[in-house]
Amino acid sequence: MAEHSSIERQQPNTKHLWKVFWILLILTGLEFAVAFGIDADHYKWTKIGIFVIMTIIKAYYIVGIFMHLGSETKAFIWTIVLPIIFVLWLIVALLVEGDYFGVEKFF
Amino acid sequence: MAVEKTSINPPHLLWQGGTQPLKAGYGKLMMWIFLLSDVFTFSGFLVTYGMIRFGYPNFSEVVAGMTHKTFEFSQLYWPIPEKVFKAVPLLHGVDAPLIFVGIMTFILIFSSVTMVLAVEAGHRRDKADVEKWMLWTILGGFIFLSSQAWEWTHFIHGTEHGLTLADGTTIYGAKLGANEYGPPNFANLFFFITGFHGFHVFIGVLLNIMVFYNTTNGVYQKRGHYEMIEKVGLYWHFVDLVWVFVFTFFYLV
Repeated sequence: MAEHSSIERQQPNTKHLWKVFWILLILTGLEFAVAFGIDADHYKWTKIGIFVIMTIIKAYYIVGIFMHLGSETKAFIWTIVLPIIFVLWLIVALLVEGDYFGVEKFF
Repeated sequence: MAVEKTSINPPHLLWQGGTQPLKAGYGKLMMWIFLLSDVFTFSGFLVTYGMIRFGYPNFSEVVAGMTHKTFEFSQLYWPIPEKVFKAVPLLHGVDAPLIFVGIMTFILIFSSVTMVLAVEAGHRRDKADVEKWMLWTILGGFIFLSSQAWEWTHFIHGTEHGLTLADGTTIYGAKLGANEYGPPNFANLFFFITGFHGFHVFIGVLLNIMVFYNTTNGVYQKRGHYEMIEKVGLYWHFVDLVWVFVFTFFYLV
């Protein structure tokens, strides 16, 4: 324990972490601006497209920087990212193919 | 470490140490694999939500000429979120669409930053800093859970005017059988998905308290590393990540 206390306290290096915080905050603010600034009656799918892109950018920063996935080995990154890519494909496929799944047909 | 003679594996197949697979600790790797399985679960919810929501007609197809401004609740079509989530605590009757959920998002993003700062302090083996940032993270988790409790209460109690059905009865708020905002599935999916996420947050707060307790008692100081903070941090960030998706698909789209 004595040698531990003799080590000088390292200075924290957190600039890049706070930068990500501001990026996430600004993106969320932009989402609000889009939610109330764009007419939903005419540009519904434009809005949804913007929301999805912003969500994926936010996910990239959280996973890459906060969860440090960006600084792991390549094999590690692909172990996690590859299944997620297939799951995203599944989500899109089911939603696109599911448009004939009408609830009213069951009544 | 000597290989035990009773092992059923021949010695050349046993991992003798050295560089770890994928250069990551076992616990950390397993936390990632667990989170991957959680991604599958939440993706299932997302697909369910999307398919059921798209199964209902758009409100403009049911009531000709209705726009987002003149929107009225009905059980025939899905509600638009800014008409449902527009209350803020202590501001009764004030129309503040999505403001409260925006505050909740900010709280969760902020607690994610304090968590990553705790992880960073752990890399420097700075016990005092880890304690400080873990406390902020725990506080953020508690505020988020309280906010969600308030939001659920408001959602269940509903508005003063409620929704009057064709047969003359009026329903207030949301129960599992029916709700005043839209089809029964709307409230059911809301309870199910935000509830499952809230349960994750609750578990996360418990884990955070556990590692805070261990840090204070010097467990990680003695162990020589703070990897446990990193593992719990991964879980906590994942909870934040899920909220980013819930926020988009439940409150914005």
